[in-house]
Parts: sequence; structure tokens; C-alpha cells
Amino acid sequence: MGSILSGAEAASLVRALPGVDAVGLEARAAGLSTRSVKTTSKAWAIDLAISMIDLTTLEGADTPGKVRSLAAKALRPDGDAPSTAAVCVYPSMVAVAKEALAGSGVLVASVATGFPAGQVPLDVRLADTESAVRAGADEIDMVINRGAFLAGDLERVFHEIKAVKAAAGDARLKVILETGELATYDDVRRASWLAMYAGADFIKTSTGKVGVNATLPVTLLMMQAVRDYRALTGVQVGVKPAGGIRNTKDAIKYLVTVNETLGDDWLRNEWFRFGASSLLNDLLMQRQKLKTGHYSGPDYVTVD
Amino acid sequence: MSDRLRVKKTYKLYVGGKFPRSESGRSYPVASPDGTELANAALASRKDARDAVAAARNAQRPWAGQTAYLRGQILYRAAEMLEGRAGQFAEELADATGADPHEALGTVEQAIDRLVHYAGWTDKYTSVLGGANPVAGPYFNHTTPEPLGVVAVVAPQDDPLLGLIDAIAPAIATGNTVVVLASESKPLPALSLGEVLATSDLPGGVVNLLSGKTAEVAPHLASHADVNGLDLRGVADADLAASLEAAAAETLKVVRRPGKDGNALDLLRQWTEYKTVWHPAGMAAGAGGAY
Repeated sequence: MGSILSGAEAASLVRALPGVDAVGLEARAAGLSTRSVKTTSKAWAIDLAISMIDLTTLEGADTPGKVRSLAAKALRPDGDAPSTAAVCVYPSMVAVAKEALAGSGVLVASVATGFPAGQVPLDVRLADTESAVRAGADEIDMVINRGAFLAGDLERVFHEIKAVKAAAGDARLKVILETGELATYDDVRRASWLAMYAGADFIKTSTGKVGVNATLPVTLLMMQAVRDYRALTGVQVGVKPAGGIRNTKDAIKYLVTVNETLGDDWLRNEWFRFGASSLLNDLLMQRQKLKTGHYSGPDYVTVD
Repeated sequence: MSDRLRVKKTYKLYVGGKFPRSESGRSYPVASPDGTELANAALASRKDARDAVAAARNAQRPWAGQTAYLRGQILYRAAEMLEGRAGQFAEELADATGADPHEALGTVEQAIDRLVHYAGWTDKYTSVLGGANPVAGPYFNHTTPEPLGVVAVVAPQDDPLLGLIDAIAPAIATGNTVVVLASESKPLPALSLGEVLATSDLPGGVVNLLSGKTAEVAPHLASHADVNGLDLRGVADADLAASLEAAAAETLKVVRRPGKDGNALDLLRQWTEYKTVWHPAGMAAGAGGAY
């Protein structure tokens, strides 16, 4: 869906957003982290979390072989474990991933727009997006122009997201806010709304390439934004925390937060994703623990 | 002089270089053989065992990657530290076992000497156990012993210091990391040994010491898939030993049975596995390479 707002309208709406109660937000996130999820509920949560993973490899050293093995793992992580939601690769690897996943339900997501910094001219970012879509990407993970955002040029950020949305065509657009580079919670709230006004299908926390990645308070704040956005406009937007979520305990905290903040409507991989790579192995080890009754170890899952 | 209130030591676990209380917060009273209450020790549970294995796993690769020389120096340093506190350990040992204090000091000195002995082995056992093998082909073929990884030890029940050193020194000398379940009724010398190890430049997690009920914690260590070796030397109950062996058989693990004895070299060999490399010597030379 393209936005019906003008850049100036969106910017003024975003600037009028109320500030974030940082203490309350962090207390709420900490409170949601204390839930104990055990036995059958835990088994269900683990399988749900696996099905929500965008299994990611974004390294300079990525090879077609590595992407194919990642795709194989995404399809069949372990025994009867569900497939992951998608694999997430650089645009140059989309064709390889697409071929490896052909005919399966596992989607191919591609980062684009000069990932991870986004500090390249707009026409290059749009060409990057178009080539990823042409190669078969089902989803595009774009980065916002943090330089423009932090300089206060919200209209420019809005127009750029709209332009990328148009270039992405039918592919679902995930907008990476890179919350580690936005200084305050207020900025995260503004960036979330700006991205949604511009037509984002998903808002995503981080690239995984800076020091601070997804945190629970930031993700909770973004969940509140998508909840309020649907209440206001009727349009549902997904959330994807990425980077820094490495173990089952963390993943379950996020699922609890989704359930408490957004409810059942978001509790599936169409609307909630984890951007992760090492998380999958920990989920599989916990899954084995529940099945066998004894602790598993890294020797019993694949080396990626 | 006024009657001063003595500051008593809280005996805590030693996991990952830190001294945590048990995860459950439970503790249990420890008494000397004549029934005098000595102290409360932390009562470790399944989750403490899990944390200890995770700490040992994290520490294992860097520890095995250290030079043999440095590992030897660190073990020697532990002996130095123990020497400095020999009096305290002799007292704790005498309290724990009911032994004569003079005899206990002798045991502590033996333990110190044992550490020095294994400190000397770190840069020698690979040459003694491994070597170049004669093969019928143009290959340089050699075998080296490599550490297994994480070794779980059920420490001897009645020999709480020397027996403990006997169990852990050969394992860590060869680059393994250990999770030790200390003697159930006499855990205090082992827990104090944690303080010695923590001040010996031994990286956190190389030795992890748990106190608690053997029958409660050992099964979780035996069945843990991320434990590569299991030393059952301190399991007196034959049924428990059999059930631990059965649990260990579900995973890929080397098990040392109770009562099995050996010399230092056997003990060093116990927690290693051999890697043999076939290096194509002739081919490189034949191809005109600089090799």
C-alpha cells in the first residue's frame, strides 16, 4: 500500500507524537521478561520461534555454497522441527537462495539500499532494490537514511522509504530503523511511525552490524507503535527484532511481549520475525533437551 | 579483650571463575566425622550443573589453545598458592576427615607435590603419548593427543583434597576443562581449593567446583551431551554408577569407571583422544614445491 500522506503531513504528524516514558517502558519490558514458560508451552514457543526466524547470513565472505547450506538448514532445521520463515541474504545471493528454496514455503529476504549504512545515493539504493526483486526476493529489508533522520530531515526519509516501496513492487518491505544509532526512545517512536506512514510492511530494529542491536524495550516500543497504528488506520504492520537474540530464553521473552502487547494477530511468522543466525541452534538444542530429557550440546547441531 | 564475634566463611560454589551461591539458594550443613557442625555448604542443583558445564565449555578452547608452557606455569602457580595456605588446608582437612593434624599437613604437602608433578607434564605428555609413525608410503604420519573437552568428575568421597587434585590435575594439564562434584559429606576443602585456583591465573571456567548431593546432580552431568568425559571415581554406590554409565551411553562420552587406577601417564591419557595426520611429504617435494 502506498502512502496517501504528503511528506510534510507525515513529518508534522510524527513530530507531534508524545514523548516516551523511558522508565515505564523499561520497567514494562523487565516485567515481561520474568514470565516462566515451561514444558508443553515451551515446546510450542520453541517451534513458533523457529518458524519465525529469518535465517540470516550477511558477511563479506558469503559464498553460494554457504547460502545453499543455510537454505537447506532453513528448510529442515532438525528432524521434525518446522522450517524457518525465510533466509535473509545480500542481493547478490538472492538467485542462489531462490533456487535452493524453490517450491518450498520458505521465503527469500534480501537486504538492499546500500545495507548496512545506507550511505549511497538514492538512485543506487533504488537500483539495488530493483535488482534484488528481479533476482526473486520475496521480501526487501531496507535501511533508513539515519543521517537525514538525525539531521531532522524527516520528509526526505519519508520520500526515500516511499520510493523504495515503489521499487520493491510486490515484495514485502521491511524497514530497518537501526535503533542502536537513533539516540533516544523518542526517535525510535518517530522513526517507527514515519516508516509506517511511508508504507512499511514491517519495521525492523537493527542491521546487526552496530554495537547495540535489538533490545526488548526498543522492540516493545515498536510493538506499541504498530498496535496504535492499526487502531488508527486499520493497517497491520509486522515487527522484526534483529541482532543480539542468541538464546531460547531471549526469544521466548520476545514472544511473551508480542502476546501481551499485540495479541494473537501478530503471533505468527507473517507478522513477527526474528532476524538471527545463532538463535536457531540454541532453539534446536532446547528442543532436543525437551525431547530427550537431557541437555544437548553444540556437537549435536550443525556448524554454520 | 572482648569476645569478638568470629567472621565465618560462607562456602560457595566456584563456577566460571566466580563464587556464586547455588541457583536454588539451598544449602546443607556439613559436619566433621564426630558430628561437630563445621559450616553450611551451597547445595548445587541441576541448573548449577548446567551453568558449570556452559562455563567449562566456554573456557575449554582458549585453555587448550594456551601454550603447554603456560599451562604448566599456571599449575605450578596453583601449587605455590596452596603452599602458602597449607596450614589452613591442613586444618580444614583434619576437621573434615577427623585425621590427625600432622598427618593432614602431610596430605596437603602431597597434594602440592602432585600439582607440581602435573605442571611438569604439560609440555611432555604429547611427546610421550604421540609421535611420528612409520608408514609404507610417501607420507609424514604423526599422532598427537588432543584434549577431549569438558570432563565431569565425581570427586572421591573420603579423600577430599589429594583425591580431588588427582582427578582434576591430569585433566586440566592436557587442556580439558572440568566440572567437579565435590565429596558430598566433605566438600569444604574442595570449595576452599576454588579460592586457590582463582588466584593462580587459572582462567575462569577451567575448573568448576560444585557441592551437593551426588545422587541428585551426577545424573544430569552424566546425561549432558556437552560433557565429553565422565570420571566416576567418587561413586561408591554400584547401582548409581551403573545408572550413570547408562545415562552417559546415550551421548558420545568417555567414561572412567569407579575404582579404576593408574599411573600419571594413564591418567593424562585418560582425557585425551589421538589425532593422526597423514601429511603428503613426497608429493610436495615431487611437484617441485618449496616444501
